[in-house]
Formats: sequence, C-alpha cells, structure tokens
Amino acid sequence: MTAHLQSLFSSRLKRSIRLGLRSLWLHRLRSLLTMLGIVFGVCSVIAMLAIGEGASFEAQEQIKNLGSQNIILRSVKPPEDQKVSNNQNNFTLDYGLKYEDISRIQATIPGVTTIVPARVMREYVWNITLRVDAEVVGTVSWYPAMRNHRVASGRFFTETDQLAAENVCALGAEMAQRLFPMEEPLGKTVRIGEQYYRVIGVMEPLTKAKTDDTGQSSTQQAVDRMFIPLETAKRRYGEVLFKRRSGSFERERVALHEVTVKVEDPEQVVAVSLAVKDLMERNHKKKDYDVVVPLELLRQKEKTKRIFNIVLGSIAAISLLVGGIGIMNIMLANVTERTREIGIRRALGAKRKDIVTQFLIEAVLLSGAGGALGVMLGVAIPFVVSSVAGMKTIITPLSPIAAFTISALVGVIFGLYPALRAAKMDPVEALRHE
Amino acid sequence: MPQPIVSLQEVRRSYKMGDVVVEALRGLSLDIAAGEYVAIMGPSGCGKSTLLNLLGCLDRPTSGHYLLGGTDISSLDDDELSDIRGRRLGFIFQSYNLIQQLNILENIEVPLFYQGRSEEEARAIAIGLAKRVGLERRLDHKPFELSGGQQQRVAIARALASDPLVILADEATGNLDSTSGREILALFDELNQAGKTLIMVTHDASVGERAQRVVRLSDGQLESDTRRSA
Ligand SMILES: Nc1ncnc2c1ncn2[C@@H]1O[C@H](COP(=O)(O)OP(=O)(O)O)[C@@H](O)[C@H]1O
Ligand SMILES: [Mg+2]
Repeated sequence: MTAHLQSLFSSRLKRSIRLGLRSLWLHRLRSLLTMLGIVFGVCSVIAMLAIGEGASFEAQEQIKNLGSQNIILRSVKPPEDQKVSNNQNNFTLDYGLKYEDISRIQATIPGVTTIVPARVMREYVWNITLRVDAEVVGTVSWYPAMRNHRVASGRFFTETDQLAAENVCALGAEMAQRLFPMEEPLGKTVRIGEQYYRVIGVMEPLTKAKTDDTGQSSTQQAVDRMFIPLETAKRRYGEVLFKRRSGSFERERVALHEVTVKVEDPEQVVAVSLAVKDLMERNHKKKDYDVVVPLELLRQKEKTKRIFNIVLGSIAAISLLVGGIGIMNIMLANVTERTREIGIRRALGAKRKDIVTQFLIEAVLLSGAGGALGVMLGVAIPFVVSSVAGMKTIITPLSPIAAFTISALVGVIFGLYPALRAAKMDPVEALRHE
Repeated sequence: MPQPIVSLQEVRRSYKMGDVVVEALRGLSLDIAAGEYVAIMGPSGCGKSTLLNLLGCLDRPTSGHYLLGGTDISSLDDDELSDIRGRRLGFIFQSYNLIQQLNILENIEVPLFYQGRSEEEARAIAIGLAKRVGLERRLDHKPFELSGGQQQRVAIARALASDPLVILADEATGNLDSTSGREILALFDELNQAGKTLIMVTHDASVGERAQRVVRLSDGQLESDTRRSA
C-alpha cells in the first residue's frame, strides 16, 4: 500500500518536473537570463572561497613551520643607527640579541622549555664552481625538533660536533639540489670563503618553498639555509661581522641573530610572549630586536579569514537575494501569462496544492539549474586559476553542496509567493482571462 | 421521474460591484435527471454562464442549495470541490480551452493525473477517447495545429476522461462553422444516447432543438421549462 502510494507520488513528481522543464524550455532565453543571477553568485562565491582557502592554507603552513609553541626573537638593526653606520667608516655597530638575554629568559620566565640560539651570516656557498647565496645558520643540535624542520637524509650535527666546533653542515633541500644536482651530497664538502664544511645531512623541503615547474617560487623567494654548529660559527666568524654594501664596508657586532624560545604549555604561549617582550624592553634601550609569535600570527590569519568569509557570505547572500528577486519577477509574469491555464487545470480537478506544486517546481528548477551551473563554473575557475597563476586553491567539499542546496532553497522561498498567488486565483475569473 | 442527479433549490447568486449588487440568479429551482439532455437558453446577461459555473462547482451559490448526486456542495471545501470537478463533471468551453504546450494526448490525460491515475492507465484511457472522437492520428499534435472542430473534439475527449456524471457545455459550437458545429452536436447526441447527462448553454435555437428539454432563463429566473416529447 505505502509502496503503491510512493510510486504514485514519485510518478506524479516526475511528471511535474517534466512539465516544469518543458515550460522553462518554452521560454529558454528568458529562463537562462533569469538563472544568470544565481549562476554568477554561486560561481563567484565558490571560486573566491577556494582561492581564499588556498591562500590562507599556505600562510598557515608557513606559520606552522615556525612552530605554534615557539616565540621567535630576531636581531634588527635599529632605525636610528642606519645613518650612523653609513657615515662613519670605522664604526662598529653593536646591536641585537645577547647571550645574556637567553640566560635572563631562562632564569626569570617560567614555562620555557628549550631555547635555540642562532647566528645568521649571509654567505656564498660553493661546490667547486656551483654557487648559492645562502644564510649560514650557526645553531644548536635541537634546532630541527624545535622548528619542525626535519632532516631528510643523513643527520643533523650533535653536541659532540658542537663541543669540537667541527666543520660540518646540514644543507637546505633546495640548495643541496642546486649545489649537487647530479650527485649525492652526503659526505661531500662545500666551501665558504677559505673554510670547508663536510655535508652530514640534508633537510626536508619547507612547504613555503614549493616551486612550480618553471623554477619560480610560487609564494615568496625561499631563502636557502645551511646549518652549522653554533660553536663553529663563533670560532670562524668571531663577534664582529663585515658586510659589503654597495662599495662600502660595514662592521657589525651581533651576538645572536635569532633566538627561538619554546613554551611548555601551548595555553601559555601568549602569556610567556608578553613576559619575554617585557623583559626585552627593560634590558634593551634601543629597539634592536623583534619578537615574532607564530601563534599570534596564526590567530590573526584566522581572524582575517573569518572576516573574509563574512564578506564572502554577504556577497553570496546579496547575489542570491538578487537572483531570487529575478526568479520571483519571472514567476509572477509566468503566473499572469498562464492565468487561463490555471483556470483550466482547476476546472479539470487540480487542487490548490497541485497548482502551488507546479509553479514551485518551476521556480526550484530555475534556481537549481542556476545553482548547478554556478557550481560547475565555480569549481572550474579555481582549477584554471591554480594552473595558470600557480596559486594554490582548495575547494572544500561542503561549499559546492551548500551553494547548490541554498540556491535550490532560494527557488522555494522566492517561488512560493507567485505559486500561492496562482493557487489563490478564482477558477471562474481565471477561465475568463484572455 | 427518476432520482434527480442535479438539484437546485432556491439558488441565488449575487455579485457586489462597489455599492451595487447585481443579482445574476434570483431563486432558481431546477431538477435534472440522469441521462437527460438539457439546453439552457435565454438572452445575453440572463445568467446562463453564472448558472453553468454553479453547476460546474467552479462557484458557490450566495444562498440556496445545490445537490449533485445527492451531495450538498455548499458544505464542501475547496479541495473537495476540486475533487468533484475532476471526478464527476466534464467541461466543454466555447473557446476549447486546451493547454497550448501539451499535445492532444497529454491534454486528454490532464484530469486523470489530478485523480492520481498511473501513467499507463491514463495513456490507455486517453488513446481510447481520442479514437472515439476520431483523432487517433493526431495524438502528438499541438492544439494550434488543429482546426476549431478538431480542438473541440479534443476538449470533449478530455471531458469524458474521468467518466463524469454530468457534462457541461458553454456555447460549445459558438466558435465553429456550421459543418463542424453539426459534427460536435452529432457527437453530443451520441454521448447522450450512450447514457451521459448533458447540460448545454446556448443562445442558438437550432442548437437548442437537439435537446430533449429546454430551460429558458430571463433575468436570473426560470421563464420556461419545456420537454420535447419523444
Ligand atoms: N464576476 C461578475 N461580477 C459582476 N457581475 C457579474 C459577474 N459575472 C456575471 N455578472 C453579471 O451577472 C449577470 C449574468 O451574467 P452571465 O451569467 O454571464 O449571463 P449570460 O451568460 O447569460 O450572458 C450579468 O448582468 C452580468 O453582468
Ligand atoms: Mg455567457
């Protein structure tokens, strides 16, 4: 019995849908124009969402690479010293993070587990005739674990290497590739100035350094990094660094370029970062350092993304509203044009709800077809964007489904009034309509 | 006289036009038995169409009672009236009133679908009726491809689709040339001989002559009710 009713219902529905499609096909240009509002609305929202999602994914990956439990301090040349160094030739500029900063943080701020100090020197790294402009990072053995930057092959240097101030190094994946395009880098040596370093490890590539096949970096130029023990760096370079800058020499005394502080409890990152900032402010007269809190950046990104999504949502709502009004307009015209037909159907036994269903189905077919077309375009556009512009795009499966459902719903909402108007007509009046 | 299939008792129908009340029907009583062929005649504006709309359950009397097959229709709601129109009544209009985007077969099927008949069943009935009115070769034509007489025959087939108690025709031959008109009237005779109850509004005396009974209206009231002795 219920099966019978069900099949009856579905055959009725099928018939109503066929009827609706036919009447839309009868005015195909008009139907198409009516759908366009929904098509463009849905398409632009899906495409923009995919592009935005992709961009924010890349940004978040970059931030995550820094470590969400980390606080990163960097030496920055204070702006007021910029002129001084340019004018005086024999002046040695003294700024930045000191070893005392590390001990102060360790001594006074609770909740800090590990600290990674680093010296960073900009150097040319050679393998015979191949050259790479790289940042040479003198650091400690636990750097990879702290910065989520792991060793892909070989090993990182150990405490023993550190104590012995060995000339060993781990190369960044990209520079290893460029210095040793044809051979295995492990066990080979690279040269910086007069010093030779044995390659003991190659790092994993960083996500931000993803490159496309033209060799251009897709996001920002990835800086090649080569890692050596901090002790080695101290011995080879000393405290004072020389920098060549457009003809003139510059002498700088920077103890540490970068210090990464790991906070034990993820909940405490912000609190600890405030304490660190406070401590640094009290001990540095000049602003010769910078504090980066990846978690804060992450939160900021998330906030930006939320705002972006709200804006997108508003655009979607407005375009669906406009599309819905278009559908309502056409359906009202449709109902007026077919007043006579409505009268005929009523005389032949159509109930009010039969008339409502008929016109509602037409409206939903219109908006649903618009939604489907919009989804197709909206999925195609990010695909084109990522292959042409090399941008990463992510289509979350929810967005096409939601977009399609909502546009079909728009048909119901905006088709309801015209359909009710059709059903409310007096059969006698409708039959008399010319 | 057998049990009446249509029974009007003191039926009034008035229209309010602003302050003016137009009384289209003023206390009309009329019984029609099953199998009768009745012509309703009278001058323009006498209330023929109003009466036919009431008989067709498209409209309700302002006062009085209308019993169709024993059911008082003034107590029914809109859905029940729709159901009665679909199952018990067949309409034939002056201007055919076929649905333009549907073909002949689909036009004949329309009332069947509102009764929830299955597709196969509706198709079989529609093909049978199209044969009966002589249009079996035109099944997939659209209404505008047919002559007026052919369109009216489609309308008759459609009116017969749900095997109604009563067929109501409003100036069914009014738009047709005399030859097509005769064909339609011959079809009516045939239907009546097969036992259908026919109520036909016309102002054409020659058309009225074919009916067994002529009801004349004047100014919303019964003027005469004459039966042709067989
Ligand atoms: N919807 C309506 N509103 C107002 N007056 C109407 C309406 N329908 C019919 N009338 C009036 O009722 C009377 C009878 O009309 P009608 O039944 O159409 O006559 P007939 O069909 O015999 O020409 C006429 O005076 C007409 O003006
Ligand atoms: Mg009339």
